[in-house]
Amino acid sequence: MTGLEDLYREIILDHYRSPRNRGELPTPPAHRTEGFNPLCGDEVVVYLQVDDGVVSDIRIGGQGCSISQSSASLMSDAVKGRKVTEVRTLIDTFKRMMSIHEARLGDGESEGDGPGPVDVDELGELAALQGVVKFPVRIKCATLSWNTLAQGLDELEVARG
Amino acid sequence: MADVIRRPAPRVDVDKVKADFPVLNRPVHGKRLVYLDSAASSQHPLTVLEAMDEYYETTHANVHRGVYALAEEADRRYEQARMAVGRFIGAPHPAEEVVFTKNATEAVNLVAQTWGRRNLGPGDAVLVTDMEHHANLVPWLMLAEERGIELRWLGITDEYRLDLSDLERQLQGVKLVACTLMSNVLGTVTPFAAIAEAAHQAGALVLADGAQAVPHFPTDVGALGCDFLVFSGHKMLGPTGIGVLWSRRELLQEMPPFLGGGGMIRDVRRDGFTPNVLPWKFEAGTPPIAEAIGLGAAIEYLSALGMDAIRSHEAGLTSYALETLADRFGSDLTIFGPHTAEDRGGVLSLKYRDVHPHDLAQVLDQAGVCVRAGHHCAKPLMRRLGVNATARASLYLYNDEADVDALAEALAQAGSLFG
Repeated sequence: MTGLEDLYREIILDHYRSPRNRGELPTPPAHRTEGFNPLCGDEVVVYLQVDDGVVSDIRIGGQGCSISQSSASLMSDAVKGRKVTEVRTLIDTFKRMMSIHEARLGDGESEGDGPGPVDVDELGELAALQGVVKFPVRIKCATLSWNTLAQGLDELEVARG
Repeated sequence: MADVIRRPAPRVDVDKVKADFPVLNRPVHGKRLVYLDSAASSQHPLTVLEAMDEYYETTHANVHRGVYALAEEADRRYEQARMAVGRFIGAPHPAEEVVFTKNATEAVNLVAQTWGRRNLGPGDAVLVTDMEHHANLVPWLMLAEERGIELRWLGITDEYRLDLSDLERQLQGVKLVACTLMSNVLGTVTPFAAIAEAAHQAGALVLADGAQAVPHFPTDVGALGCDFLVFSGHKMLGPTGIGVLWSRRELLQEMPPFLGGGGMIRDVRRDGFTPNVLPWKFEAGTPPIAEAIGLGAAIEYLSALGMDAIRSHEAGLTSYALETLADRFGSDLTIFGPHTAEDRGGVLSLKYRDVHPHDLAQVLDQAGVCVRAGHHCAKPLMRRLGVNATARASLYLYNDEADVDALAEALAQAGSLFG
């Protein structure tokens, strides 16, 4: 398999060409968070509507490469309608999927002292982004929207005490 | 500079040149390496690597201090490299006027922090252009913040050339014009000598950013009419860590020192110091000796081929690239820059349909084709062009038509993947 097919899986290209949950939500009541990748100028805007501890709606704005945009689109599908606590777990799992492989690429050692292995099944369609870890430069593209989502949830928590 | 290409010049034998560059033999992802990123950093001929190895194996000692044979030899070779650099750019007094720096960026900072701080204050203006690299912008922006100087901007036309229509008015009250010889994004060669003449008439000095032009064109500081010229070794077959500031002797003599330390002083007392004579006044601490020798070897390699021949080769190849890409991709491909090779270098900034430059560079990499994706340290220009980033392919003496064909083929692949 060439590396490219690993990176640009059909599901990624599909989400890039037809991004889900694209657009804006009125703020307030929704919360708006911006994320930037200064390296490439990619930007993502996450609009979050959280009601009774549930992400009841989400919209994605911004622009960037196929990896950053498809990751944001896949993320929006994955978290919409989920409890905030579940979303937090998903963010952790997704970022672990990225960082475990990064560690492997880095020193070739096992991830002994890190968190346990990622159950890829748990990630569903998001597992399509697994191939990104073979391209270390692009990991930041894939995690941009997730870090922005986490920041948005943090900001909401602070705002609501 | 543009008139150079009309003169007949000896040809560059690219196959022979390619064989001189060991890195070009390595495969990437099982493909032939097609290196199209020389505008960021060029590769090294074996002679440069050998010169540096040989220096470390036989000669290394600190310069300017020892009396023993080894040190004397190191000293001599370091100063020989300085002379070679000076001759390469037509410096009238190479032994005093060529200052070694870390790179072109440090050379601009040197001018800003010494000449600039001494001569510029509130109400004074520095004229820059919309096509400058951050290296020739941020040092002046820092000075604007620190000393309240005004920064003025020469715009660009829709043909990606400098807009000189209002130059005379813009020059009023300007103390320094800081302008590139060639854009690292557009490839545009600027009419520097004309700008320098107008600037001098208005009482301003001119700094030429030669980081992109000096590696690719014959350069003569007298013909350019510049007061300062900066460039980097690693874009002209030399190693990283060595750059050059050239300026006129009288200007350098008046400028205060830049960094303080060993080597740059004649005397140090409890109550002060006396700076050294030129050029060492500006070279504090142990300099990059092997790197200077490597740069000297790079200049020897370039000079043996002849800068006229190199320019002629690149102009031909740039024409071929512009035609090939336009024929094959038509309006799907935008090339930001002049569309004739005459007044441009071999830097091709590409926008291919709606494919993001990073995706483009990734697909090209799998085909062994190295291009750069990003803002190329020219964000004001990116804003002017209305893009966040471009994919940039840049040509040098070791590139040939097969490399351009490989680029075109890889672009077509990207097209079918993202189509």
